[in-house]
Amino acid sequence: MFGKLLTKFGVKSRKGRETAYGYVFILPWLIGIVCFVLGPLVFSFITSFADYNMLKVNFIGLSNYKKMFFQDQLFWKSLGNTLVYSLLNVPLVTVGGVIVAVILNKSIWGLRTFRTIYYLPSIMVGVGTYFLWMLLLDPANGLVNTLLGLIGIKGPAWLTDPNWTKPAIILMHLWGLGGQMLLYLARLQSIPQDYYEAASLDGAGMFKKFTTITVPLLSPIIFYNLTIGIIGAFQVFQEGYIFSGDGTGKPAGSLLFYNLHLWNQAFKNFKTGYANAMCWFLFAIVMILTVCNQKISKKWVYYEEGDNDD
Amino acid sequence: MMIKQRKNKIADIVLFVILAVGAVFILFPIAWMLSTALKSAPEVAMYPPKLLPEKLLLENFAIAWSKAPFTRYTTNTLIIVFFTIIGNVFVNSFVAYGFAKIDFAGKKLLFKIVLATMMIPGFVTLVPTYVIFSKLRWVNTYLPLIVPAFCGNAFHIFMMRQFYRTIPNELMEAARVDGAGHFYIWGKLMMPLVKPVMATVALISFKGAWSDFQGPLLYLSDKNKYTIQLGLQVFKGQGYTEWNYLMAVSFLSMIPILVLFFCFQNYFIEGMNVGGAVK
Repeated sequence: MFGKLLTKFGVKSRKGRETAYGYVFILPWLIGIVCFVLGPLVFSFITSFADYNMLKVNFIGLSNYKKMFFQDQLFWKSLGNTLVYSLLNVPLVTVGGVIVAVILNKSIWGLRTFRTIYYLPSIMVGVGTYFLWMLLLDPANGLVNTLLGLIGIKGPAWLTDPNWTKPAIILMHLWGLGGQMLLYLARLQSIPQDYYEAASLDGAGMFKKFTTITVPLLSPIIFYNLTIGIIGAFQVFQEGYIFSGDGTGKPAGSLLFYNLHLWNQAFKNFKTGYANAMCWFLFAIVMILTVCNQKISKKWVYYEEGDNDD
Repeated sequence: MMIKQRKNKIADIVLFVILAVGAVFILFPIAWMLSTALKSAPEVAMYPPKLLPEKLLLENFAIAWSKAPFTRYTTNTLIIVFFTIIGNVFVNSFVAYGFAKIDFAGKKLLFKIVLATMMIPGFVTLVPTYVIFSKLRWVNTYLPLIVPAFCGNAFHIFMMRQFYRTIPNELMEAARVDGAGHFYIWGKLMMPLVKPVMATVALISFKGAWSDFQGPLLYLSDKNKYTIQLGLQVFKGQGYTEWNYLMAVSFLSMIPILVLFFCFQNYFIEGMNVGGAVK
C-alpha cells in the first residue's frame, strides 16, 4: 500500500524508498520531540523574558533572570538544598550499590533469596513508601529511633529537624539501592572468572583484585549511574513535596528543592515566566554537568572493546 | 592450601553475616508496615512501640479501603496504565524498528538526539508542556497522562532498538526479496520475535504509570478522577493521620507491582540490564 503510494509519487530508487519508510517509522517520535521537547524548550525560552501568567505575555527583558539571581532568596536556598542532597545521595547510593553487588556476586549460601530481598524495596514504589518512612522516622516512637535507643543513641528528630531532613531522605534511598545494585551485578556476572584466577596466580589479594579488575570493568556502568544519579538528584521533587506535608518545603525550608520551588512558582503563584526562567537555568545546569561528566569519564572509564561500536 | 581454604570459609561466613544483617534492615521496615496495618489505634500510639499487635486486625484492610473511594481511584489508575502500556509497547517498537532495521538519511544524527533526550530532566519541559495542555483544554482529563506515551519514549526506543539489532537481517532480506514491505515485516515477522522486550516495556510502563504521583497531582483536580497515588496523599492529608489504616492502604497499593514482579522477575531484570547498557 505504502509502496504503491511511493511509486505514484515517483520515489523509485531503493535509497529513496528506504528513507521514506524510515521517516514514517520514526514519525511518532518526531512528533513527540517537536511537541513535548523542542517546542516547549523554545516556548519556555521566549517566555522566560516575559511577565507571563498563561494569559498575557508582557516582555520585560532580563528581569526574571535578575530577580532569580539577585532577589529571590528561596532560589538560592532551593539550589543549595538540591546540591547538598545530590552530593550526599549520589556517592553514597553508588558506593553502597557497588559493595552490595560485589558481595552478592560471590557464591554464598542463600544467594538467590538475598538478591530478591535486596531488590525488594526498589519495587515497593509509590507514595506509600514515603508514608512508611514517615512512620519509621517518627522522632518519638518510630522504629528507627527506637532501635537507636536500644544501643543508647538518642535519635534525631529526622523529618522535623531541618538539619536531618536530607539524611532522612538518603536513608530511605539507601534502603532502596537494590535497583542500582542489580545493574552492577549484571555487569559483574559478565566478567570472566579467569581474570580473577590469573590475578590470584600472580599473587593478587582480594583488595587488589577489586581495584584492578572489578572497578575498571564496572566503571562504564558506574559512570552511567553517576550521570543519571546527578541528573536524577536535580529531579528530586516528590521527597520534598510529600515529606513537608503541604508542599512548602518545611521545616525551615530544608526540603525546598529546586523543582519544588519551580513548581510553587509555576502552579501556586502562577508566575509562569519566572518559572520558565528557572526551567532554563535547570536545563543549563544539567547540560554543563553532562558535558563535564563526559569529559571526566574519558580519564577513568575503561571501555571494553565493542562497547562503542556505533 | 588447607590454610587458604579455611580462610575462604571464614570469609564466606563473614560475608553471609553481613548480608543477613543487611537483609534484616531491609525487611524490618516492610514487616513494620504490615504490623502497623494490623494494629489498633491505641497500639499504634503506644510507647515504646510493640513489635506485634495483640490481635491481628485483618479487618483494618477492609475498613481502610472504604475510608476513601479507593476502588474508584484504582479503576482510574488502571485506565491510565492500560493506555500507557498500549502506547509505549506499540509505538516504541515501531519507532525502534525504524532506527534498527531501516537505512535512511539522517538516521545517525536523529538517533543521537534520541540518546540526548534521555538526559533532559522532565522538569525542564514541565511548565511549557503544562501550558500546551491547558491551552488544549486537556487539564483535568487523562489525556496529558496518556498521549505522551503514544509519542515515543527515548529510553524504551533505545532498549527495543538494541533488541532488534540482535535479530539477523537475513530473515528480513528474504522477506523483502519476496516483495514484503517494512510494515508487514514489522507487524508479522518481527512482532513475535521481540515479544520479550515488549513484555519488559509493558512491565516498566505499568510500574511507572501505576506509581506516578507528580503527573496526576499536576493535571487532575476533580476528585472523581484521582489515581491511587493521589488518593493516598489526600487520604493522609485529611486531619489526624490514622497510621494503621494508612499503612494498610499503602500496602494494598503496592501489591499489583509486587505480584507482577514475582510472576515476571526475568523481564524486570532484563529491562534493568539493557538500561545499564546505555553509554
